[in-house]
Amino acid sequence: MSVQVKLPTILRKHAGGEPKVSAEGSTLRDVLDDLETRYPGITKNVRSDDGGLHRFINVYLNDEDVRYLGSLETEVGEGDTVSILPAVAGG
Amino acid sequence: MAELDGVFYKEIVEQGLREFPNEACGVIAAGPDGLPVHVFTATNIDMSSVTFRIDAEEQLRIEREIEERGWETWGYYHSHTHSEGYPSQTDRDRSRYVVAFYPDVRFLILSLEDRDAPVLRSFFLRDGEVTEEELTIT
Repeated sequence: MSVQVKLPTILRKHAGGEPKVSAEGSTLRDVLDDLETRYPGITKNVRSDDGGLHRFINVYLNDEDVRYLGSLETEVGEGDTVSILPAVAGG
Repeated sequence: MAELDGVFYKEIVEQGLREFPNEACGVIAAGPDGLPVHVFTATNIDMSSVTFRIDAEEQLRIEREIEERGWETWGYYHSHTHSEGYPSQTDRDRSRYVVAFYPDVRFLILSLEDRDAPVLRSFFLRDGEVTEEELTIT
């Protein structure tokens, strides 16, 4: 499956300034792995040390928060769009 | 120094009082000239008087609208309902991720410790350091 990944400004530097890039995979985990292979360092702030999704990073599949779908195991389809944003949180 | 129109200030205070005792939160967008043009009130999914987190799907819609209109994110705001308007340890810890993505964004904190006298202050949180900037309500 080929999906489109929309990049927040700060991550675009890893991808030659592109706001949107393609990545391959059948799950979100595959897509992020593929993204990291293509653009080393790009998922550094997206995944936690144990390889899971970082608690304060929001990842969306077609505008839906993947935490409510299946997190990294969420299946992706051809032409889907993945978006990444830092969570805005505090106390 | 930052300037915020009194209309936006009023909007933030009204939201804070409406959601009291829980913390209120949202996003302030600026136009191409760098001046605030719109306040997006948001849902605190923590529904808590001690923490906040902007509803993720709402945040995506807000960020997209900001991009489509050619605006920029000027700042993120939230209220402290029982303490002064100064970044807490939780604010500093949780803002690290936002700062990693948006190094220049400001954080505004509305103190409703005294609900009859709300106080809004503005800060930058970089490398764990808190820097306050002068905020003028116009």
